[in-house]
Amino acid sequence: MTGLVLAGLSSTHPGASRPTIFSLDLAVPAGSLTALLGPSGAGKTTVMRLIAGLIAPDAGDIRLGGRSILALPPERRGVVMVFQNALLFPHLTLAENVGFGLRMRGLGPAEIATQVEAMLGRVQLDGLGARRPSALSGGQAQRGALARALVLKPDLLLLDEPLSNLDASLRDEMRQLIRDLQRDTGTTMLVVTHDQAEAVALADRIALLLDGRLAQEATPWEIYRRPATVAVARFFGGVNFLPGRRVGGAFDCALGRVPLPTQAAEGKGGDPASGPAVLTIRPEAIRLGPAGDGHEARVLATAFLGTQGRVELGLGDLRLVALTTPEVAGGLIPGAAVTVSLPAEALWVIPDPEGKALTDRGA
Amino acid sequence: MTADRWRLIAGSLLALWLVLPLVPLAIWSFAHGWRFPDLLPRDWSLRAWTHVLTPGSGVLESLGLTALVAGLTTILAVLVGLPAGRALGLHDFRGKRLVLLVLLAPAIVPAIAVVPGLHGVFLRLGLTGTIPGVVLAHLIPVIPYMTLVLAATFAGFDTTHEDQARSLGAGPWAVFRHVTLPAILPGLLTGALFAFLVSWSQYLLTLAIGGGKVQTLPLALYSYAAAGRNDLAGATAILCILPGFLVLALVARRLTGRHPSVIGGIAR
Repeated sequence: MTGLVLAGLSSTHPGASRPTIFSLDLAVPAGSLTALLGPSGAGKTTVMRLIAGLIAPDAGDIRLGGRSILALPPERRGVVMVFQNALLFPHLTLAENVGFGLRMRGLGPAEIATQVEAMLGRVQLDGLGARRPSALSGGQAQRGALARALVLKPDLLLLDEPLSNLDASLRDEMRQLIRDLQRDTGTTMLVVTHDQAEAVALADRIALLLDGRLAQEATPWEIYRRPATVAVARFFGGVNFLPGRRVGGAFDCALGRVPLPTQAAEGKGGDPASGPAVLTIRPEAIRLGPAGDGHEARVLATAFLGTQGRVELGLGDLRLVALTTPEVAGGLIPGAAVTVSLPAEALWVIPDPEGKALTDRGA
Repeated sequence: MTADRWRLIAGSLLALWLVLPLVPLAIWSFAHGWRFPDLLPRDWSLRAWTHVLTPGSGVLESLGLTALVAGLTTILAVLVGLPAGRALGLHDFRGKRLVLLVLLAPAIVPAIAVVPGLHGVFLRLGLTGTIPGVVLAHLIPVIPYMTLVLAATFAGFDTTHEDQARSLGAGPWAVFRHVTLPAILPGLLTGALFAFLVSWSQYLLTLAIGGGKVQTLPLALYSYAAAGRNDLAGATAILCILPGFLVLALVARRLTGRHPSVIGGIAR
């Protein structure tokens, strides 16, 4: 069974000069938990509302389980959306809220009560069914909203920023609950989030949306290690970018000729194996040492980040940021000389045929 | 003295101010002749009430007619006020202030100034002397209140609840029935009760458009008072006041506290 397919989807807000979403292609495999990730204003919620049928696209198609659902009204799409605020209906009790969709389907009171009871237990809200939403905490309301959607066994569940209104302590709990429910029910889920750490921790696959376009769609690990563009790398916390040229299995830049690991040297898809490109390395992959084989660098500044230490390094005109243990960072004095080594397996090359990936931030 | 004590005194004075004028009416309705300078009537009688409550005297018929007109007016006002109030409460659009001004106009312009023109138009349409004509005329002062109350109510309504309900499988009608209506019900009730009362006590427009053929309670009351039948006028007046008191008792809690600003809510 195929999951959700978005084909050439475009949408423009009324009165806006340029489209919010432009020609978006995306496939969400059935039974997967995919995160739709992007900064605020990237059009994530618009995509959700398009799929839920609450707004109509300018162009494109939305297919679920192989058939187009574009012509169907929201209530007949088999798609249930859980909004950012729990949006429990204030005049109904929690149990009535959870049973709302079943009631709309015309199920009898006894059948509804049984299913609601079971679902409330599943989200750890047993015994709270008689409460009004105003008597629930934020976390309880959010779980109630999740239960209200899941009890319908939708073909596709859309979650809009499900963790953003929760305290840090409740987030882990809720994230775990969503993962468990997804695994147990096998429901295809699409989760919108602006938080890359949340997306990485939650999802099987991440679709990164930047400026209304799909920047990359892959597993969290792949996006982390092999960002498709500089913008993707930046969004995932990448800070070290060295412009240069790829020459076969090596990279020419300010550090001289750096040998590349096979996977980075190959070039993905139709990328040229040689040409202008940007070399990137995750700050936490950079190794610092007193001496040895590596590049001579000077410590510019250090900072203590709680669980990590941040070291700014100057290599001639080049600046790199490294994340190490707090102990290593604390032992470095600004002005001190250190040796920097860039492990080959942590290097990644982003093709940049026009040579402006680092000047044009919107890329 | 404590604030509570003052509040009690103020409340009692207010109650007296409301109730005191009604006392002579009540006395009149049971009096059999009440002449100056007697403090109370010399003879008491149930004659006025017997007459008023006897079918055929016209008063009970007037009561029914008044209820019919007020009921129809309220239903039509709700039907007009719901979409209008929703548009005004939820959306900002060009000319919104102008629409608000036009809506408020009937409350600003005295009805007496409008009546001659209105009568001419209704005459040409053949609506004078008919119940539909009177109902249409009553809608003039009623619709502004209804629309403004509903606009304020909708201004406090989060429409994503409707999207959420659609997504959970409710069709457009079910969404209104199960989500929108319960949310706006307090405002809707307030508006409807006001509409009912404004129509119920309407005299001028009923007289002008009904032309005496649509004899509502205020018209009956006036004709008794003009004829010097203070006992019948007193009994009719009490019948007339009854729904007002019932409504006040029902909505008093809603009118104080929860929806303090009726018009303020839409002037965002």
